[in-house]
Amino acid sequence: MNQMPTRRSATDLDWDRVRRWGIYAGLTMAFLSSIGMVESLDKRLIVDPILSLGFLALLWVPVAFGYAATYEEAKEGMAAPEKGERDLIGGLAAGLIGGLFFVAFIAIADAVDLRGVFPRIGPALIDLLTFGRGTAVGGLLWLMISGLLGMFGGLLHVLPVRVRRAVTNALTAVFLVALVEIAVVDIFESLRLTVISDWIYAKNGGVTIAGAIVVGALAALSSVRSEGDAVVRFRTRYATMEGDERKRFNLIAGAVGLVLAVVLPMVLGGLTNELLANVGLFLLMALGLNLVVGYAGLLDLGYVAFFAVGAYTTAILTSPLSPKWTPMLTLDFFSIEGWVVMVVVVAVAALSGLVVGTPVIRLRGDYLAIVTLGFGEIVRILFLSDWLAPAFGGAQGIRNIPAAVAGPAEINGTKPQTIFYLVVIFVGIAVYVAWRLYHSRIGRAWAALREDEDVAEAMGVETTKMKLLAFITGAILASFGGMIFAVKVGSVFPSSFKLIVSIIVLVIVIVGGMGSIPGVVVGSLVLIGILGGPTQPGLLAEFGEFKLLIYGALLVFMMLRRPEGLWPSVQRQRELHQEEILQDAWLKAEAAADSAGER
Amino acid sequence: MTTTAERADFRFNWVDSFLLALRIAAIFVVVWGTVGALALGFVGEGLSGSAWKDLIVAGLAQGSMYGLIALGYSMVYGVLGFINFAHGEVFMAGAMVGFFVADYFFTSGLWVSNFVIAILIVLVVAVATSTFTAVLIEKVAYRPLRNSPRLIPLITSIGVSFFLQNAVLGLVGPAVKTYPQAPTWLSQKISVLGLQIEGTKLLVIVIAVVSMIGLWLFVERTKTGRAMRAVAEDKEIAALMGIDVDRTIVTTFAVGGAMAGVAGILWALLFRGVSFITGFLPGIKAFTAAVLGGIGNLVGAMAGGVLLGLFESLGPNVVLRGLRWEIPVSLGIAALAAGIGVAVLAWRRGRVSVASVAGALIMLGIAGIGQWSIVIPGLTQLKDVVAFSALVLVLIFKPSGLFGEQLADEDRA
Repeated sequence: MNQMPTRRSATDLDWDRVRRWGIYAGLTMAFLSSIGMVESLDKRLIVDPILSLGFLALLWVPVAFGYAATYEEAKEGMAAPEKGERDLIGGLAAGLIGGLFFVAFIAIADAVDLRGVFPRIGPALIDLLTFGRGTAVGGLLWLMISGLLGMFGGLLHVLPVRVRRAVTNALTAVFLVALVEIAVVDIFESLRLTVISDWIYAKNGGVTIAGAIVVGALAALSSVRSEGDAVVRFRTRYATMEGDERKRFNLIAGAVGLVLAVVLPMVLGGLTNELLANVGLFLLMALGLNLVVGYAGLLDLGYVAFFAVGAYTTAILTSPLSPKWTPMLTLDFFSIEGWVVMVVVVAVAALSGLVVGTPVIRLRGDYLAIVTLGFGEIVRILFLSDWLAPAFGGAQGIRNIPAAVAGPAEINGTKPQTIFYLVVIFVGIAVYVAWRLYHSRIGRAWAALREDEDVAEAMGVETTKMKLLAFITGAILASFGGMIFAVKVGSVFPSSFKLIVSIIVLVIVIVGGMGSIPGVVVGSLVLIGILGGPTQPGLLAEFGEFKLLIYGALLVFMMLRRPEGLWPSVQRQRELHQEEILQDAWLKAEAAADSAGER
Repeated sequence: MTTTAERADFRFNWVDSFLLALRIAAIFVVVWGTVGALALGFVGEGLSGSAWKDLIVAGLAQGSMYGLIALGYSMVYGVLGFINFAHGEVFMAGAMVGFFVADYFFTSGLWVSNFVIAILIVLVVAVATSTFTAVLIEKVAYRPLRNSPRLIPLITSIGVSFFLQNAVLGLVGPAVKTYPQAPTWLSQKISVLGLQIEGTKLLVIVIAVVSMIGLWLFVERTKTGRAMRAVAEDKEIAALMGIDVDRTIVTTFAVGGAMAGVAGILWALLFRGVSFITGFLPGIKAFTAAVLGGIGNLVGAMAGGVLLGLFESLGPNVVLRGLRWEIPVSLGIAALAAGIGVAVLAWRRGRVSVASVAGALIMLGIAGIGQWSIVIPGLTQLKDVVAFSALVLVLIFKPSGLFGEQLADEDRA
């Protein structure tokens, strides 16, 4: 078996694959241009005069697809695929093919007026894409750019691990620094360190060239020093921690999180606080849905209904403009009144969880998803209808929801810090509840249910009760989200409770990692923080109109590539990769037997 | 007590009572509303005879369109065992691309001068688009997920659905695109079997029936169709018998997509307006229809579609409107007596269906004696509530459909 791998020539490539990925690259770039992404995102600069987000949305394509075109799977038990100039040629070819398709697209768009069908493909786009220099020059430039970037994608395979990491880290760092511009400027302003932020960021947005070089260099340097991918290492280390060590780590992480949560809002400005409050709000809901989907394995697509129930209950209890019942309680967390509101919210949410949960729990998983979706839509349409308008205000909703009160402090949307603190408290409770439940008898019952319902039932798990418990706990957490939302916005309308909210919360859970609390935290930070919620802008507010497109694509991508999520729960990962784990164990045993035999 | 012990397989717990209550409520509302609508009709307050007929015709036309979309859900579920949530978008894609062709024909004059040829070409384009979309989705998103846990392809298809919706939104903009007006000879009413049918609706029904027959012949009479049925029955055995399973699955998606494309043009004929969101509601409703008819059952899908169309068109205007009718006290007392009688007589049997009928009768009695009357404003707003309620009720109470599922055991779970 120990034969020397034969040397492959520089053109010994999977040309079919290269051609395919090249075509994909061209089509993707054409698609991204036709939906108006380049044009709309062009206003946001990443590196001041040279690179805008719009062009970045195009330029990543040849790199990624060039990388994919020359990717060779390292098969288990086989020699690792040999790297070399071949990869460069493959990447270059893929990039050139992609560029060719894209240039053809530009040429066609220039020659034929497509605006009747595709309103976004107009002269402005052509002008932008050809750098204002006419189709011929622009096309040539694109061929060059695309080819070079494709080659760069191929180059990533060839570079030694360390160098590759330095390069990718530097690029990511520059991008991230440009991304968090609002937040950083915000912080530096309140710290009176505008000198630094003025130096890093250009006047009309984006990192300055000098700033980019420094940030990139720093990132590259720090990565050269470290061993391996820090995140992955940390995650594996966390996963292998046991007993006391993990407890200690959790405690420290919790304490650091708490201190950050207390201090950050004071340092940050209004915009960033608003952003963090949104992140927290969705995190709260995602933690709830995580109980239902991640732990118990029930795909609930009508989760927004509970969010709506919480918001409407709060509105009715506190607003003086609630059309039918006006108890006009104040949500004062230090008085009985506030606790009455919360108890009613919890009770109504639990009841609605029971009402929705009971009829559906006997259904098979996919039917359950569709029925809950139906319930969610029914709730929204009923809130919207003239029929129930005397109670819920119809399309006008309920306005004038007063601020919540905690001692001397007033909590409402005009002071996002206060909302953020409120959210943090509830997220803390939710994390604690989820974590304790997960490690309790109930959590184990849910895991059993998720893996095999029949077996779980045979083992004495009360499936009905357990499923309902998941539904109800999830509903209560979502209703807290709704309560905070009502206080934050100051009014509730049916249009805030569309199906898309359920879907976005689901995407958070799935991207983060089903059944994993840190995963859900990461998921909501990344998604809501960067892209934003259904109506709330994120750091990349320019992405607004493409948000849902990206969420959809992300959902598909994650399911295809990483169904366990960014930060998977250990258990879930084992479930999803059972075969591979078994195979690994088998190979290991084989290898051990072999080496024992040789000796 | 011994009787319950003997029937150990039948434990009636509180979940069952909840479901029974839901069932009673559903029957109660539907019976009250329908009888009410008929009674209101007698005193001349309800719908006129022609309004009834119009509603029925509209329901039939819309229902046959739902049926065509439902075929795609049904076939894919039959073969792969998951809900292809993105099928509504396949339908929308056909209608959308069809619009641009139709619009082109309208400006070039062909639409007016030779409508039949124009609409045929539009139909072909729409079918091609939908077929292509369906096959593309299968290749990109679903093929790598064979044999993964059931919920994973479902979640993927939700992602695909949102991606396609928003891709179309980005490409062609948010405005509703309106198909050009069909020629006047088509909108004239024709008398068929005592029903006055608008030409467009008749055309819709005819096209749907023809496509359905074509599909039925394809599935039942051709070799490919037999392969499809074999794959739906058992993929592994089918593969052992020399059937190319992957290819058959692609064919299934293609045929389902083609039917959705036809439905897209039917939608255009019926409603004329198409936008990126058009696929969502018909998709959900068609899925309901597929379940109602029995997943995997093609004739059932069509029948389920027609039933759902009728229900949706009659539901708000007849059932919900009829709720304002006060049941006469005498009738109420009779219903109450009958209900109690049924309950007492059938108690020992312990049959849920009997219990729900008895409960509904008792509720009707109470409503009559209490002189209940519910007046609902803005009935048309509740059209979708009716559709979604139908979805919920069908899935909860009749998940195997009216005409029987045809599924492999592994997919039944």
